[in-house]
Amino acid sequence: MSAPGNFKIPERGPGIWQPKIIGLLCNWCSYAGADLAGGGRIQYPPDVRVVRVMCTGRLDALFVLKAFADGADGVLVSGCHFGDCHYLEGNYKAAKRMFMVKRLMKSIGLDDRRFRMTFVSASEGAKWASVITDVVNTVTELGPSPITEFKNK
Amino acid sequence: MAEKKKTTTKKTETKKPITKKAAPVKQEIKKQAPAAKPAAKPVATGSTTQQKPRVGVFICHCGTNIAGSMDIPTVEAYAKTIPGVAFVDNYQYMCSTPGQGKIEKAIAEHKLTGIVVAACSPRLHEPTFRTATKEGGLNPFRFEMANIREQNSWVHMHDQEGATDKAKDAIRIAVAKAALLLDLFPKKVPVEKAAMVVGAGVAGMQAALDLSAAGIKTYLIEADTSIGGRMSQLDKTFPTLDCSQCILTPKMVDVGREPLIELYTYSEVHEVEGYIGNFDVTIRKKARGVLTPTEATARGLIGGGCNGCGDCDAVCPVIKPNAFEMGMKPRKAIYINHPQVVPLIYTIDFDSCVKCGLCVTACGPEKLAIDLESKDEFIKVKVGTAILATGYELFPIEKKEEWGYKRFENVITGLEFERLICASGPTGGHLVRPSDGQTPKKVAFVLCAGSRDNTGNGKPYCSRFCCMYSLKHAHQIIEKIPGCTPYLFYMDIRSFGKAYEEFYYRIQDEGAKFIRGRVANIIEDPKTKSLHVMTDDTLLDRPVDMEVDMVVLASAVQPSDDTNRTRRLFGVSCSSDGWLLEAHPKLNPCGTTTAGVFLAGVCQGPKDIPDTVASAEGAASAASIPIHKGEVELEPYFASCIDEKCAGCGMCVNLCPYSALALVEKDGRTVMEVTEAKCKGCGTCGGFCPGGAIWMNHFTTPQIVAQIDAFLLGGEQ
Repeated sequence: MSAPGNFKIPERGPGIWQPKIIGLLCNWCSYAGADLAGGGRIQYPPDVRVVRVMCTGRLDALFVLKAFADGADGVLVSGCHFGDCHYLEGNYKAAKRMFMVKRLMKSIGLDDRRFRMTFVSASEGAKWASVITDVVNTVTELGPSPITEFKNK
Repeated sequence: MAEKKKTTTKKTETKKPITKKAAPVKQEIKKQAPAAKPAAKPVATGSTTQQKPRVGVFICHCGTNIAGSMDIPTVEAYAKTIPGVAFVDNYQYMCSTPGQGKIEKAIAEHKLTGIVVAACSPRLHEPTFRTATKEGGLNPFRFEMANIREQNSWVHMHDQEGATDKAKDAIRIAVAKAALLLDLFPKKVPVEKAAMVVGAGVAGMQAALDLSAAGIKTYLIEADTSIGGRMSQLDKTFPTLDCSQCILTPKMVDVGREPLIELYTYSEVHEVEGYIGNFDVTIRKKARGVLTPTEATARGLIGGGCNGCGDCDAVCPVIKPNAFEMGMKPRKAIYINHPQVVPLIYTIDFDSCVKCGLCVTACGPEKLAIDLESKDEFIKVKVGTAILATGYELFPIEKKEEWGYKRFENVITGLEFERLICASGPTGGHLVRPSDGQTPKKVAFVLCAGSRDNTGNGKPYCSRFCCMYSLKHAHQIIEKIPGCTPYLFYMDIRSFGKAYEEFYYRIQDEGAKFIRGRVANIIEDPKTKSLHVMTDDTLLDRPVDMEVDMVVLASAVQPSDDTNRTRRLFGVSCSSDGWLLEAHPKLNPCGTTTAGVFLAGVCQGPKDIPDTVASAEGAASAASIPIHKGEVELEPYFASCIDEKCAGCGMCVNLCPYSALALVEKDGRTVMEVTEAKCKGCGTCGGFCPGGAIWMNHFTTPQIVAQIDAFLLGGEQ
């Protein structure tokens, strides 16, 4: 199925696997940007579920690992642009932690493309839609998380 | 941290199977989540804390906004099966009075402990439903919103199944959080009875005058040496053709006289700390080299200080271009912008001053106003609210090389035209060609110069006032230079304001020529320095090559130079083109997402003078509300320390951007302590704490983990 909009939405339907992706968003930039995409009716795939926090700085690296351990196929962390953090520097600190997660993922054999940190401001609705589309496409290509497969064994 | 360290050090070794790593991580969080709950009891003081969660879910149709894209009955039926849900209802418009009434009624009837409303964005209606929750007798913070409109129905309009599934998950995630929500109580803090206005253009001056008229002490900060801003550079204003200076100087004088306004010119905001009601602002007063009479008196020089006589100006040997006159007139190293400046105090430009000391001699032994060794001063003030009115500057139109600005002498900008046509300007009000000083006979105006430009080399937005000032320029040419014809090359004439369209007709009748077509190229005749304007007349559908004596570019505007630095100090966001972001474009155009900080004038987006003044009055009114109320409620999203878990490592203390945390001795142990007044609730400390010892109100680790689990494991662990 193709929907109108600027972005290519992957095929959906019965029998087609859909990824489980969790989005951890900061209240001030990315969540507002996602709302703006809604106001602008910019269509994107519905696979990302959102958890809102006040700042990406709140995000413990363990939250991301917990999501993967629970069987998430992908995790998206999105905050303000550097220098734009509502709390001055929370996003810098989050980014540092998230780089650590990426390194850790590589070392445990989990493809680090399943996890992404992006920076979307409150005025970037279109960017939000393109980020989501890209994340969904990337994770769809990678297929189900090996952790889920292992659990099901 | 021990867990993390183990995994990172192990990474250098061989790759182990994933499960071994994943399992301990999971275990640790599992351990952490329930363990944190009892520790939080002292934080939560609700009577219903102990109860088994009974969550009420309310699904909003929002007309067809939500109901049109998903299957509400399916979502509702699903919601009833979620563990912890005691009651489910749906309604056309949950935000309506009957909708809110449903929540209030259900709380009492079904003894609910948490409320979930699946509707629009919490950024829009969270306050509404919190109030409804409170009216129903629950603590307002026992409310959680599931966003199924902005982030669901509106963005998956053609995927009914996908949207329905997403809504189910969103409600499940929200219920998981609602089940763990605790009673919280906003903190009330007093508001300092003072305000700050950054930028003293017409917006900043109006805001400061309004605030002071409301009895509020106002600090007005201006980066330039005098107040007045862009408007003081203009000659006439459209459509009334008032002289800009004539209507502006009374305001400038009022600002200078008003005892409640403390004016800091040649100054900038250096540092901002604190929060609504209690901003601690450090002002950097740049070294001016000249003492005001007050400063002189403070130094014991009675009767001294600058009186604006200009003796120093006369002797100063350094000549620089005058920025106020757009570089078309010289100034000295010691200067004032123009004769009507407020405050009438000279300024030394220390970047070009050679410190010869001639001005000191000229100033004489009585005034002793000049101090060549003066240094920047830092002044700390405390204010309750702040207004940003940082204004605009012209887009550097030389970037659009096709129009030849800065390559061809006779191509000027609209602001340069203002100075040339102004009686107090560099030519005394005579419009002349910069190349030879001749009076032009044909003047072309290029509208949308850099505005409405999607090439990436200009600005995509409409700069809003260029059409009107170009019409005014055309009028001034016809009025001042007999026989001279203005030609306006336009895309559309946007004369949208009160009496603007009438003004447009008037200029047409006066004989200005309008050519509809975007100017493709301007070429200079090297001998005569006249210019060929090339375009395509889209009404007659034929190419145009017109020779004119002079070209005026109605350049796009962009946020002023220092806007970005200032907005970051106050924590205000901006849109992709740099204009400061309002809290809501329609319902809160003067507010920002930082409580207590407001926007006035063009810094929020291009505005003409009437709109600028109106927005300034709006911002002043909004900024005075918390001050007159005397106290504000802060959202109780504070961090606190679970002492039993805190190892006193102090990592969080360094992480806190607000210095709200400190290590203290408690019962013989070193633990962290939070100063609630300083904590803004970002949670950066909680995101790092290796021991999970930090409890972030409303975004606690158990709550966030429960949300993650709810989505991925489908409910309670």
